[in-house]
Amino acid sequence: MNSILEYFADIFKGISSLWAGMRITGKYFFSPGEIVTQQYPENRATLKMEDRFKGEVIMPHDENNLHACTGCGICEMNCPNGSIEIITDRVANAEGKMERVIDKHIYHLSMCTFCELCIKTCPSNALAWGQKFEHAVFDRSKLTKVLNQPGSKLRKEAK
Amino acid sequence: MSEEIIKDVIIGENEDYIINMGPQHPSTHGVLRFEVCLKGETVKYLIPHIGYIHRGIEKMCEANTYPQIIHLTDRMDYLSAHMNNEAVCLLVEDALQVEVPERVKYIRTILDELNRIASHQLWWCAFGMDLGALTSFFYGLRDREHILDIFEESFGSRLLHSFVMPGGLMHDVHPNFQKRIKEFITYFRKKLPEYDQLLTGNVIFQNRVKGIGHMSKETAIGYGVTGPSGRGSDYSCDIRKIAPYGAYDKVQFNEILETGCDTWARYKVRMAEMWESLSILEQLVDNIPEGDYTAKMKPIIKLPAGEYFQRVETARGELAVYAVSDGNKSPLRMRFRTPNFSNLFVMNEITAGHKIADLIAISGSLDLVIPDIDR
Amino acid sequence: MSSNIYDFSTLTGSIHAWLSGLMSTGWVTFTEMVLVGLAFLLMYALLGLFLVYAERKVCAFMQNRVGPNRVGPYGIIQTIADLIKLLMKELIPIRKSDPLLFNLAPFIVIICSFLALAALPYAKGLQAIDFNIGVFYVMAVSSLSVVGILIAGWSSNSKYSLIGAMRSGAQIVSYELSVGLSLLAIVVFAGTMQLSGIVESQADGWWIFKGHIPAVISFIIFLIASTAEINRGPFDLAEAESELTAGFHTEYSGIKFAFFFLAEYMNMFIVAALGATVFLGGWMPFHVGHWEGFNNIMDYIPSVVWFFSKTFFLIWVIMWFKWTFPRLRIDQLLTLEWKYLLPISLFNIVFIAFIVLMGWHF
Repeated sequence: MNSILEYFADIFKGISSLWAGMRITGKYFFSPGEIVTQQYPENRATLKMEDRFKGEVIMPHDENNLHACTGCGICEMNCPNGSIEIITDRVANAEGKMERVIDKHIYHLSMCTFCELCIKTCPSNALAWGQKFEHAVFDRSKLTKVLNQPGSKLRKEAK
Repeated sequence: MSEEIIKDVIIGENEDYIINMGPQHPSTHGVLRFEVCLKGETVKYLIPHIGYIHRGIEKMCEANTYPQIIHLTDRMDYLSAHMNNEAVCLLVEDALQVEVPERVKYIRTILDELNRIASHQLWWCAFGMDLGALTSFFYGLRDREHILDIFEESFGSRLLHSFVMPGGLMHDVHPNFQKRIKEFITYFRKKLPEYDQLLTGNVIFQNRVKGIGHMSKETAIGYGVTGPSGRGSDYSCDIRKIAPYGAYDKVQFNEILETGCDTWARYKVRMAEMWESLSILEQLVDNIPEGDYTAKMKPIIKLPAGEYFQRVETARGELAVYAVSDGNKSPLRMRFRTPNFSNLFVMNEITAGHKIADLIAISGSLDLVIPDIDR
Repeated sequence: MSSNIYDFSTLTGSIHAWLSGLMSTGWVTFTEMVLVGLAFLLMYALLGLFLVYAERKVCAFMQNRVGPNRVGPYGIIQTIADLIKLLMKELIPIRKSDPLLFNLAPFIVIICSFLALAALPYAKGLQAIDFNIGVFYVMAVSSLSVVGILIAGWSSNSKYSLIGAMRSGAQIVSYELSVGLSLLAIVVFAGTMQLSGIVESQADGWWIFKGHIPAVISFIIFLIASTAEINRGPFDLAEAESELTAGFHTEYSGIKFAFFFLAEYMNMFIVAALGATVFLGGWMPFHVGHWEGFNNIMDYIPSVVWFFSKTFFLIWVIMWFKWTFPRLRIDQLLTLEWKYLLPISLFNIVFIAFIVLMGWHF
């Protein structure tokens, strides 16, 4: 007799547990609540990435096309993947002394692992994170970027 | 035609019905291959084949400086990236006898627990999906999104956030950090019971997981199964309790132990750990002390010659880091004892005699992350 | 019987009379067969496309997602785009497969689902063939599709496919019993196997209401067993995505895969339509006993609408099952059938016979 009772109790318990699950999915079917899916290409205008978002490494330039990179090469040294190459030049400054300036700050986005060591270790805070994340290109060579803008100069701090 | 098929393909030389699960198979969660020998639907034995995603992280460490190693450890167990980072940082700090600020310890512990919840959520999604309950996958990911948003706000990346540095943190957490964690705790406390209603209580689910994959305590210790998988076999192996690091000695929490030793026990351990992590978060989030976010470190970190060892509890078990230094800025030898490697090889022991469907459930309950196995 | 329900036999009769005036009897029969075949083909394609879209939207809403929303407004053209993609895909020949059986299997599966459509009453007077053993016929042809699944699994020369096919064989053969017995319950009530007769017998109330608790029990058993019979979750062991990658149709590509896919959805439609016809009154509007006024109002809703709304409700319930429950294991599947469903439905049918004998039903 006990086993028969158990048999029916099992059926009842089973059905009630299944119904509990169906209530959850049924509830969301009729009232979805918060939908976390983002309508990506449509929301591009309103899509705001976080300030700290690691999209790519950029070198901020001010309105006079000046940057802060002295070409010391610490970022190149600290990069674990060799994604940064710095080509420096020596030019004479106003006082006639030879001075090191960057010719090209080359950044291989394709090799970057976004570890933030270059930005962290830069002594003159010349590098920063950019919020751009749409990096898909058809040609890999397009992922090699020159960070300093053409004609840009080192920002001279007032001594 | 048919005889040819039988002779050549289906039955191997020793008449074993061998089926290859992976490297591309939906339930191995990555490039892992199980060579499964079947008798009907019953598994006779199973041989895991690893190495499909071997990247030589240990060897790469020998060419990198200590701060550079941090970002490599992200890529091992990508679901508990923060714990992996912390292991190397603790090792370096221990070797250099650096005293990190209290604030750093608190934030690191909070991040550990957030990461643990995120990892367990993804495990829950994938476990449900392995058993055929596809809806659980989306519910878990929906809630995990809230944690990833907190990560993104503070660290800039959602999964592989090399946020920890030897001596402290990369930079201070975002001003919204505490507020958002508190929001998440209230949100997730409401959603976690839904997980139980949808899956835990379900009679089909319980029948699928109860009594399969029996791993005795001896087996767990013998194979070095740690983490929630080991604790499901009543093996007390929580590094947070055994050798507290960070702020774990300042919080009250229980080590979840289950005596069931089966897949159901491992499931219950992980579900209870999510509740436990929430309570740890609640204890810590309001008490983050003010202070520096990093200790004073030399620009070039050189470990004194010698051997160093550090272990932490990741979401999947015990991660141990062993480093040999000859006094240079990069280690002479680096070795990671990753939890998934040990957890994987118990599979043959505990799946023999079960059905194919159970094999999927058991491998799901061990919560394997393949890049962690191969390193 | 109220006369408000539009009888489609007047329309079909006028077409028949018009054709008879044009040609001889043989040609009339031929032309009508072609017309009916074309109509079924059209309905098959439209229903298939709609059901795939509906499944995606329903599961998306249950999972807190948006679902297809890119191709066309609300993504309604998504399945057509998918169909075009499947048509253009390469049909990959499998080495050491059995080419004849491998190519034959999708057709067997799809023909079986076609055959069952013929006997269903879609509206008053709208039925291709009114068999006197309609229930039996639909059951028989819809369960034939297991042959196609077995052939597909065997001929693919893939271990996953073979395991899937064998599972499917065991599953369909055992669940066939419960489906049959649960339908038999209503056959006992109605006293006929003719589908049109069963619908007519529900003019004063649907069997699920008239048949007391035994009818409800057999309705639940029918829902569970028919979900298993059409290989849908939580009984989708034959394709068990996480275990056997795609089960019996692992090796199929392009339009051959689409045939299996379409047949699965059409089988779902067929069992839902059969369940709606037998338990929920088919095209019969919601009638309550002798409330003539109420019944007349209900009759103003066309019978086609009644039929399809009931069918889609049952389809929605079957989808609800799939998107909530985890999959059963093969031994649990058989345990459920042989230890629970079959004994219960056997007792149930004895009980129903007793009720009918005593004349206790309405």
